[in-house]
Amino acid sequence: MSLFNMFRRGSAPVARERLQILLAHERIARGQPDLLTILREEILAVIGRHISFEPDKVQIRMDRGMSVSTLDIDIEIPNGAAAAMAG
Amino acid sequence: MSQVLVVTSGKGGVGKTTSTAALGAALAHDGDKVVVVDFDVGLRNLDLVLGAERRVVFDLVNVIQGVAKLSQALIRDKRLENLFLLPASQTRDKDALTEDGVAKIIAELRTKFDWIICDSPAGIERGATLAMRHADAAIIVTNPEVSSVRDSDRIIGLLDSKTAKAERGERMDKHLLITRYHAARAARGEMLSIEDVLEILSTPLIGIIPESEEVLRASNVGSPVTLNNAMSAPARAYFDAARRLKGESIHMIVPSENKGILNKLFGRKAA
Repeated sequence: MSLFNMFRRGSAPVARERLQILLAHERIARGQPDLLTILREEILAVIGRHISFEPDKVQIRMDRGMSVSTLDIDIEIPNGAAAAMAG
Repeated sequence: MSQVLVVTSGKGGVGKTTSTAALGAALAHDGDKVVVVDFDVGLRNLDLVLGAERRVVFDLVNVIQGVAKLSQALIRDKRLENLFLLPASQTRDKDALTEDGVAKIIAELRTKFDWIICDSPAGIERGATLAMRHADAAIIVTNPEVSSVRDSDRIIGLLDSKTAKAERGERMDKHLLITRYHAARAARGEMLSIEDVLEILSTPLIGIIPESEEVLRASNVGSPVTLNNAMSAPARAYFDAARRLKGESIHMIVPSENKGILNKLFGRKAA
């Protein structure tokens, strides 16, 4: 099928692949609490115990792939807080 | 024995109401006693598609609230004497539907009809969950398009978990009805193919309704497409789907690209 798709010029194969990846994730997540929300809250709680940071200086990105997904958490730490951590 | 069907999709505008009317009329035409029930409280349209919009007096909510009897709210079709409509309320809000009220009405309809076809509203809110609640089987209407397929997948999940049948530990019978299928565009790889949709949703197919001007023409005049032009391609596809629902084994005709070329060659004659 994928070889065949390579010779098909339309966008349907792209639609098909996007759907397969998306639904694989949505089916696992179904009926379960939102994993991203839980991860965000727990990770931030752990970091917040040691470092003070502003909640809106946190960026969280997720990229769902077919076999591997990545969770990217970017926390901007004020220099004062980092110094407190070092000390 | 009566069968309660829900026609559902998640996404709006994919053809739930059109399909409810067309299948209801096809089943009634073949001799069964059929009621089509509009669950889209506040945004009813099944009355309009069936051409009964001027005859609505009482509705589903009136019956639930005890204002009217079921027999007073049922509207008999003017063309088919064993096709009935139970309209939705246009004025009340969707919370007027209660779980107990719907259960009682479905139970009463089961004693009177062979087929009870519940036309679900779009979305996954109360109206949609109540429409599927007491179903024996579900027809999932899907367009070969990404958002429709995704929403169908979500609805399949709800059918397998939130219905009375699922809660009793039974398996919900699910049938996929692909509508607005455009064979030539699928062949060119511009539209998801039947195989793509079936593979992604893993649900047995009950019918493929080709994209056709006949569908709009029928709704314009307030007649199910299966009555308005019974020989048209969408009507024949709906008749076949209705017979498959009754358990008949009918060969699935996948609208082919060749037919599109024939249509082009013969212009209006073929259409």
